[in-house]
Amino acid sequence: MQSLQKITSRFIPLRIENVDTDQIIPARFLKSTIKEGFGKNLFRDWRYENDDETKPKTDFVLNQKQFTGEILVAAKNFGSGSSREHAAWSIQDYGFKVVVSSFFADIFKNNALNNGVLPVTVTDAFLQAIFAQSAESTLTIDLEKQTITIDTTGASESFEINAYKKTCMLNGYDDIDYLLSMKEEIEKFELNHNK
Amino acid sequence: MGKTIFDKIWDKHVVKIIEGGPSVLYIDKHLIHEVTSPQAFSGIEKRGAKLFRPNQIVATADHNVPTMNQHLPIADQLSKFQVDTLIDNCKKHGVELYGLGHPNQGIVHVIGPELGITQPGMTIVCGDSHTSTHGAFGSIAFGIGTSEVEMVFAAQCVMQTKPKVMRINIEGSLQNGVVSKDIILYIIAKISASGATGYFVEYAGSAIRALSMEARMTICNMSIEMGARGGIIAPDETTYAYMKGRPFAPQGEYWNKKLTEWKKLYTDADAKFDLEININAADIDPMITYGTNPGMGLSVTGKVPTMDSISDPTEKQNFEKALAYMGLKAGQSLLGMPVQYVFIGSCTNSRIEDFRLVASIIKGKQKNASVKTLIVPGSQEVAKQIKAEGLDKIFTAAGIEIRQAGCSACLGMNEDKIPAGEYCISTSNRNFEGRQGAGARTMLVSPLTAAAALLTGKITDIRTMLN
Repeated sequence: MQSLQKITSRFIPLRIENVDTDQIIPARFLKSTIKEGFGKNLFRDWRYENDDETKPKTDFVLNQKQFTGEILVAAKNFGSGSSREHAAWSIQDYGFKVVVSSFFADIFKNNALNNGVLPVTVTDAFLQAIFAQSAESTLTIDLEKQTITIDTTGASESFEINAYKKTCMLNGYDDIDYLLSMKEEIEKFELNHNK
Repeated sequence: MGKTIFDKIWDKHVVKIIEGGPSVLYIDKHLIHEVTSPQAFSGIEKRGAKLFRPNQIVATADHNVPTMNQHLPIADQLSKFQVDTLIDNCKKHGVELYGLGHPNQGIVHVIGPELGITQPGMTIVCGDSHTSTHGAFGSIAFGIGTSEVEMVFAAQCVMQTKPKVMRINIEGSLQNGVVSKDIILYIIAKISASGATGYFVEYAGSAIRALSMEARMTICNMSIEMGARGGIIAPDETTYAYMKGRPFAPQGEYWNKKLTEWKKLYTDADAKFDLEININAADIDPMITYGTNPGMGLSVTGKVPTMDSISDPTEKQNFEKALAYMGLKAGQSLLGMPVQYVFIGSCTNSRIEDFRLVASIIKGKQKNASVKTLIVPGSQEVAKQIKAEGLDKIFTAAGIEIRQAGCSACLGMNEDKIPAGEYCISTSNRNFEGRQGAGARTMLVSPLTAAAALLTGKITDIRTMLN
């Protein structure tokens, strides 16, 4: 897993609520048996007319040249619906390292963290403040300090992440390494559990 | 202080609590399917690790399979490769597979309970958000991502932060024509598509106790549609009667031993919940969704909300977007609107009881000529039972074809899709944009309301068709 400590970047504002994982990556693209290559189909049906890559929908933010960067900022309840980790893979593969929203669905949040994509939960007011910025402005996310800052105004807010996940993210460790290291403990647990 | 049923089961499965972090939670049963497992198998191989407890895993092929001519090779090459990959992986790693053609094959959340694999007190996971279904048996069951599938492969555990607990009490009797699907659509409409995020939900009350296991599964199934980590219903005599004698249920003396354990699985009278919601069963009408998330639901006789009922500008914009997608107007009523498709199936409503409900409405009648149908049993076993009870003859006489087991048109992944712009009355669980195919317009309903639309070709209040 890729580590992440601090990032300053422009952002892509997605002013849509309840973005479900079927929008992030439609089911017809889940036939792959590898993790790579999902980025080109991220938000597929919002990006293109009639599934045609030569006809980008100009009203969708990913197709608007003024918006760029490694941070996706979305309205509340991002990542609801299906547990498909393909959603996190497609966001990462497209080039995002951080997703900011005022509310995340549980499974998506776990999936993002397991793939080195940092979900940052902000207050509604802070989210609106980000949406009010110009396309050129940048955000800085400092994982060590657990802060997110709008660089043009200096407005800053702290965000929550549990200490274990923070360590994983800062160092690029994953949960599977951790679980593999505690096999003996799990075997001992089983002896009693399966009685 | 007393404990909730959720706490009792959770606490028994905690291997370790990580300081300032999640718990390492032991998993009793792991269900896998073709779509969310291949990357987990290759991940474990890349690490040079082996599956830790392969005999606690059961596999099936359901999402990406055709529901016609299952005896023929799958025509779509990508789908065929994904299903073949599951077969290879299961063989290589010693996992029991109920693939296409196997009598136990079917939608993962239909076959688990049907085979007696799902049992009270267990922790159950699957790389599918509707794993919450299994909570109907008094188990902690929830959907996981593929990294977590790999964790369970590696160590039979996942890392989870303990969720908060909510109880939803539904008391009283349901109106005639109202079934469990209406209960859950009513709840989600009431608390929104994110109203239970961060919670595990226990469903309780006399209206829940009166439900069959199939009906309870429909409710727990859609817990995720309000954001809940899972749903749970305490086991009772209905649960035990359903389970007894099923192939993987405990037998003989062992059954009695387990029964004693299961009877301790209830929420203590003095247990505390982080949130409680009370609902009067009689208030629930037959429900239908009008928008693009399952929280956008109303009584089938109701009217789409008006724009002035929403104050937040982002919310207003999203509401307009949903109505534009659905081709509906604010304030309009839905009753009498023509529909082009009826889909009866999915892990929400494809069990034998659902087919009995539909058959009871269409018996001796003809399907409306303008409606196209996708009628899909949840498993080979359900298909067999449909024939055994002679329900297939009722469908055939009505001019309706019954397909073969699979997820079908629930998710727009396999061959079964709804064309752009067409309305589909659907017993499935999600009405997201494009869920049933790019541009498809989904309206979620109960099997009874779907049966009414089969006959009329319109959105119909089933209560007007009952005696």
